[in-house]
Amino acid sequence: MKFATIFAASAAAFFVFAPAAVLAGPALDAIKQRGTLRCGVQGPGNPGFGVPDTQGRWSGFNVDICRAVAISIFNDPSKVEFVPVTTQSRFPALASGEVDMLSNNTTWTLTRDTNVNRFNFPAIVFYDGQAMMVPRRLNVTSARGLNGATVCVQPGTTTELNLADYFRQHNMTFRPVVVADLDELRRTYDAGRCDVYTNDFAALAAQRTLLTNPRDHVILPERVSKEPLGPAIRQGDEELSNLVAWTVFALIDAEEMGITSANVDQIAASSTNPVVRRLLGAEGNMGESIGAANALYARTIIKTVGNYGEIFERHIGTNTPLGLERGQNNVWTKGGLLYAPPAR
Amino acid sequence: MADLAAPIAAPVAARATFASVATALRVRYFGTPLNAVITLVCLYVLYKMLPPILGWAVFDAHWTGTAAQCREARSGACWAFIDEKFWFAVFGLYPYELRWRPATMLSLFSVMVGLSLFRRLWSKQLIYGWLAASVLMFVLMDGTFFGVEIFGTQVPTRLWGGLTVTVFIAVFGLATGYPVAILLALGRRSHMPVVKWFCVAVIECVRGVPLVTIIFMAAIMLPLFLPAGMTIDRLFRIQFAYTIFSAAYLAEVVRGGLQGLGRGQYEAAESLGLNYAQKMRLIVLPQALKMTIPAQVNTFIGLFKDTTLVVIVGIFDFFTTLRAALGDPNWMGFPNEAYVFAALTYFILCFGMSKYSQRLERDLSPETRR
Repeated sequence: MKFATIFAASAAAFFVFAPAAVLAGPALDAIKQRGTLRCGVQGPGNPGFGVPDTQGRWSGFNVDICRAVAISIFNDPSKVEFVPVTTQSRFPALASGEVDMLSNNTTWTLTRDTNVNRFNFPAIVFYDGQAMMVPRRLNVTSARGLNGATVCVQPGTTTELNLADYFRQHNMTFRPVVVADLDELRRTYDAGRCDVYTNDFAALAAQRTLLTNPRDHVILPERVSKEPLGPAIRQGDEELSNLVAWTVFALIDAEEMGITSANVDQIAASSTNPVVRRLLGAEGNMGESIGAANALYARTIIKTVGNYGEIFERHIGTNTPLGLERGQNNVWTKGGLLYAPPAR
Repeated sequence: MADLAAPIAAPVAARATFASVATALRVRYFGTPLNAVITLVCLYVLYKMLPPILGWAVFDAHWTGTAAQCREARSGACWAFIDEKFWFAVFGLYPYELRWRPATMLSLFSVMVGLSLFRRLWSKQLIYGWLAASVLMFVLMDGTFFGVEIFGTQVPTRLWGGLTVTVFIAVFGLATGYPVAILLALGRRSHMPVVKWFCVAVIECVRGVPLVTIIFMAAIMLPLFLPAGMTIDRLFRIQFAYTIFSAAYLAEVVRGGLQGLGRGQYEAAESLGLNYAQKMRLIVLPQALKMTIPAQVNTFIGLFKDTTLVVIVGIFDFFTTLRAALGDPNWMGFPNEAYVFAALTYFILCFGMSKYSQRLERDLSPETRR
């Protein structure tokens, strides 16, 4: 009976190989040998950050991060396979080697980074955090002015706990309106049954686009929690970690130095600034140091996907349906938190 | 019982056809005070509900155009969304330039299903035809045959999606699960203790856990336990899990049929000198399987809808693909349209199965026809 054989084989695999579940060699070698980077993206899709379009092609902020890493490894943005993962399946998928890297808005936390899960977060690509949205007509400019407000929130989430903490911390009171379903929650807020709608900033912005009059609502500047999002890889491959980190840093550095997809060639040819020249591979050996396939990796990345700001504006910025302000996700010279170590 | 009921039922039916419509209505819907009240309440509910539903779905709906036009109107359904995303929902992430391959595969599948609907065509040739078609369908989807490119580049199963993958998982899961189910059911009634307890163990273990758990095991846990360097395709792992699951459930349905058959049938077969295989193939199984058609179809329909659970491991089945379409920044905000469309699609497929099984049941049971 073939069925019995397979069953026995899988049972045997369970008992024999369970204690010895180790991965062969460093992840980067495996990626190079395979010829493609397997990038775990959020399925069914996360508006602006990674969704398949009508023709089934992935696009979005996180998707471009994957493409940038693929350029560093292979000097070719097409050498990336997008593997949809869900919130439940993302960590097992990464741990088992089904994907090489997660690029799906995973928050960097202590337990995920350390020995509990054995993952590694080379860099932060998006600073998210819990925020609050109010109707413009309330004339509230700060979350500190929300004493006594009714707040729409999803029950049983960290969002709900953070909300309670925030109000207690500032000696304010609030009345929660809890609705489990996100669409239903939005309709509740839209119908005016609560003054405040709280969720993570990026999610809140996406929800705002679906309100009856999105322009009548404003997201307050306070962030109630910290949600640093970034690509995650397995622990144990320093080379891949460096490569991902310096790919992200190249995107940030390029924006800081004003290098865009439009002017990168011209700047590479004419710049006398040693910092710029090192980043673009005109001098030094940065590409070799990080293990990139090509010394001009940064130049190719910027030309293909643009600098950090270009990626941001293309997928989630103010001119997109998501309409996110740069805020914390701006380079440090413009008042944001994006700060890349120098390429030297 | 059937013979007694027949002469009484016939005149009633005859009278109804000749009576005026008004009389029929009065008798059927206002026959007793309670019936009259129920009818009036139902009419009132319909009066309240139908106009807004029809208004939304038909009269105020937008059938073509862009998302912006839909949002501007703010009334009625935006079927333009379905218009835009229809083929995406059918083919999922399959490379756009190669969509003719899953399209051909689906057409081939439809032709085979169409042929199989006619009982006159049921023969060994049809089974061989299905086997050949299955190989061809697989080659169409994959593009290669044992490493040789036949229909262009290879498309890994990771990129298969949409209705194609829903049909693929359900049909191959049920087609391979069915023979296994029969073997399990026979094994469970076997007099050989090892066979019997093995089958009992498989059936009870698989039925004892939810499908989600089995899918999760197959998709997430199994790769962790496989020796380094050995990988089994994710879709095939899911397909395998789904097959065992459907086999375990169908096995119990088949067992019900085996037990429902009178002892006389078994004894008659044995007295004819038939061996075990002949007895089962010629006497027992045809009757047992026919008897359990309603229960089998019930299980089929349930299992077909269970394919949506593959979403938890990130496979883009029909429903997940629609949800992905909802995430398109250009087409955000039309969940109602997507869910109504999904419900209609599943309903049409399940109702089709149900209707066909009823016809099959009737055709296969001339002895109970009135």
